[in-house]
Amino acid sequence: MPTLAPPPPETRVGYDLDAVRAKFPAGSITTQEGAPWPTWIVRREILVDLARELRDNPATRLDLFVDLFGVDYPDRAERFEVVYNLYSLPFHARLFLKVAVREDDAVVPSLVKIWKGVDWFERELYDMFGLHVEGHPHLRRILCHEGFQGHPLRKDYDAARRWILTEDKIYKPHFDLPDGEDDLFERMTINIGPSHPAMHGTFRLMAVLDGETIIASDIEIGYLHRCFEKMAETHNWQQVIPYTDRLNYCSAFINNVGYCKTVEKMLGVEAPPKAVWARTILSEFSRIMDHCVCNGTTLVDAGALTNFWYMFQIREEIYGLLESVCGARLTVSACRIGGLIQNLPPDFEARCRTLLTMIPPFIKDVEDLVDKNRIWLDRSVGIASITGAEAVNWGWTGPCLRASGVAYDVRKAYPYDLYDTVEWEVPVLYGGDVYDRYRIRMLEIRQSLSIIRQLLDRGMPEGPHIVDDPHVALPSKDACYNQMEAMIYHFKLIMDGIQVPAGEAYTMVEGANGELGFYAISDGTGKPYRLHCRPPCFPIFSTFPQLINGGSLSDSIVSLGGLNVIAGELER
Amino acid sequence: MNKMFGESWVTTTFETLEDWAQRNSFWPFPFGTACCAIEFMGTVSSHYDVSRFGSEVVRFSPRQSDVLLVAGTINDKMAPVLKKIYDQMAEPRWVISMGACACSGGFYRSYHVMQGIDEIIPVDVYVPGCPPTPEGLIYGILQLKEKVVRDRKKLAARSAQGRPEKETTGAHAGSATA
Repeated sequence: MPTLAPPPPETRVGYDLDAVRAKFPAGSITTQEGAPWPTWIVRREILVDLARELRDNPATRLDLFVDLFGVDYPDRAERFEVVYNLYSLPFHARLFLKVAVREDDAVVPSLVKIWKGVDWFERELYDMFGLHVEGHPHLRRILCHEGFQGHPLRKDYDAARRWILTEDKIYKPHFDLPDGEDDLFERMTINIGPSHPAMHGTFRLMAVLDGETIIASDIEIGYLHRCFEKMAETHNWQQVIPYTDRLNYCSAFINNVGYCKTVEKMLGVEAPPKAVWARTILSEFSRIMDHCVCNGTTLVDAGALTNFWYMFQIREEIYGLLESVCGARLTVSACRIGGLIQNLPPDFEARCRTLLTMIPPFIKDVEDLVDKNRIWLDRSVGIASITGAEAVNWGWTGPCLRASGVAYDVRKAYPYDLYDTVEWEVPVLYGGDVYDRYRIRMLEIRQSLSIIRQLLDRGMPEGPHIVDDPHVALPSKDACYNQMEAMIYHFKLIMDGIQVPAGEAYTMVEGANGELGFYAISDGTGKPYRLHCRPPCFPIFSTFPQLINGGSLSDSIVSLGGLNVIAGELER
Repeated sequence: MNKMFGESWVTTTFETLEDWAQRNSFWPFPFGTACCAIEFMGTVSSHYDVSRFGSEVVRFSPRQSDVLLVAGTINDKMAPVLKKIYDQMAEPRWVISMGACACSGGFYRSYHVMQGIDEIIPVDVYVPGCPPTPEGLIYGILQLKEKVVRDRKKLAARSAQGRPEKETTGAHAGSATA
């Protein structure tokens, strides 16, 4: 069922939302006018039936569950709004559903039977807003700790109010044992993490073992929940940029781009050609860095340490480029709303070219060492495999999904920046196992290098690095000191923030591990009313127990590495 | 002595020898959670190579390590874990707090983030930065080397005065969230 090539526009033929709409009583579905994407406001009673129909109807086939989040409007009669974000792979179409609920009746039905990937999103909805999700199999907190009281993303919750976790409240694992396996007498229950190197220092895996085989497992996250979304609500639009760095800190620049594009869309400004050109190049370098960390650490987890040194050497060289662009190595904050932080250094192109010749030998060294290595093949081929259809149902995106044979890539599906002007292809593999997830990252590094080379050959566009709009971009220091208006603009931008007109926007970029989206809601002031980040690894990691059940314990370590779960983004 | 062994002998006190060994071979426990952990990986890999400073024997067991290197944000859910790890380490032990989050909560003044790990464990060296550069972290490790010697001299002076030997480095030690 999955599409195996980037969807051409003509696949939209036959996509018909009205066919679904006609099946439901009039008045239960309203189209929201002026929304950034096709959006339906739906009555709660029909939500489950509607969702099933949208997924299964041959005229819509919205098979990929992308996102779910809540919004709190304390002044409205129906205080909470729940937003569902759906995507149709066969038709390459997107639909948003919105359901409004009252505070005294804060219940929404669970969609977990329709899309498995919705599981953790619904738990997050409960955790952050206190909405009860009816029919959810184990509704409990997911990001906040067990001693937490209240629901932090409600508008009346103080952003700095903390609660203390005491030892007696710490979560005790719950296992869904297979039938007939409820006798734990000869089983061993083992806990790994959160402070364990193979669990990236922040995940907790609890498994029931029969010998070395995992028969049931449970995971616990939230050990790095840093309240990104609440912090965004208490800061100016431009002050949020450093926070986005720390979502996926292995490829911070891509997060910057994603966020800035969202705000630019709301403001109606466009970054100048030079900034767009540099954004594309630096995004691809960031993608290479991210894949290097992922593959390097996965191989370390399997015992292949040498590759880690090779892979980190690549990162170290790219850090040099980023440092010359903005002064920081890891958390760059190099984007600004409307452009870049500063003009590119004079040797930018020369440095990029040096990197282009420097990186391929390292990649080749690693491939020579592991691609046909017996030990690595035994550790990875057929391990933690998942079919394309299954992965789509779990809400996967990015390299992990493409390793299962589904060619969904935001850069092709919704081209942004300069991706539609260069020649490149989306690598697809069909094994869906750890080995293919490793291989696909190697292939993507090559594609990224090719994109960068083509853009460098085109030459750096002339012109400014940021839009010439005093309501968006800070005036130059020189202007600030010498012109009255410039100083006033500077003052207003710093004190009040960029004034983003009221409205909503959702834009997505291809992050290093999947579709990275930002849904922003503005009420016309200098701060976001609500900013939601669609974390690509959140649905991927929720699949983890299913991937490792039935396998051996040592395989679970390798499978975690291959998923490229970044805690900062997973838990925000 | 000199006649028998030539110049291959050095005489010293046991304490000096212990100091020398301890300060030149830290066995860090990297308690890495977030962005700082990536920069810590950069510090241990080939370019910066922390083994030049004798701290490359990274141990993931608190029983085998003497420096707890807290790299990354610690939130309230992680706090009991960090405290437990610290309690499991054998004396003498030191703590390096790497990065703004571990030092003070950084710019996360929020409902789930601990405002500095010194709320629950004593810290010897604070390394600022978000994240600190590898040079910064290495400088922190060098500072700790000096502190090891300084602390021991202070301890010796105290025990000579008949004061209790145990030194409490942090005011908050023991006032735990856990």
